[in-house]
Amino acid sequence: MKYSLLVLSAPDTGSGNLTAVRFAESLVAQGHKLYRVFFLDRGAATGLSSAVVPQDEQNVSDLWASLAEQHGAELILCIASALRQGVLDDSEAARYEHPSSTLLPGFEIGGLGLLVEALAESDRLLTFGG
Amino acid sequence: MSETIKNTTLLIFRQPPYTSSLSRSGLDTALAAGAFEQPVSLLFLSEGLLQLLPQQDSSGLGKRNHGKVLTSLPLYDLETLWVDAESLDELGFGLSDLPEGARLADRKLIEEMLASHDHVVAF
Repeated sequence: MKYSLLVLSAPDTGSGNLTAVRFAESLVAQGHKLYRVFFLDRGAATGLSSAVVPQDEQNVSDLWASLAEQHGAELILCIASALRQGVLDDSEAARYEHPSSTLLPGFEIGGLGLLVEALAESDRLLTFGG
Repeated sequence: MSETIKNTTLLIFRQPPYTSSLSRSGLDTALAAGAFEQPVSLLFLSEGLLQLLPQQDSSGLGKRNHGKVLTSLPLYDLETLWVDAESLDELGFGLSDLPEGARLADRKLIEEMLASHDHVVAF
């Protein structure tokens, strides 16, 4: 079955974001297709490279990045949500005259059209957080 | 985007405006779905229907007026705003307090909406 996930939870608040990545790992392991993960609202902070997680806590963003690296999962941060939270890719950093990108490898910034497309193309869309 | 697949989506709004950014993210999702001509229905539950009140004034908060964004929905062919009748009653408002396009949904209709759409996304 073709799944997409909508992640609304921030990586450092509650357990929604961690539950989402565990679910994503599970469905890929079971042979389902992960079409896209869309991070909206507070979820977009998942792709922030300058956040520092305490050493004795799980770094959820790293789990997502591994999923992208190992399985080619498409991880999209809503551009409006990302900008509000300081997540900039190279072109946005240049546009807003910011010294550098703050986007973690494995993540991309994109528009809400990509969420709409995921709704159109997926058998199931699961929301985490909100 | 594929032209043949037309999944229907029910977007549910449960959060009041301004207390978090989630209400705005939900509304942006509705506008995007409208812009890409995907079939969506909008349902306002609980305090989410406070998003619809036309008299809201966000100028003191330094935030964009949520109600003004809502008025652009018809431009995206999103004409009907379903409102949970019980929530409306509990919050002490009536249909006349809501913008044109608002329609009351009872619990039975809400159950049918939940069952009949391919996707349900709640904000």
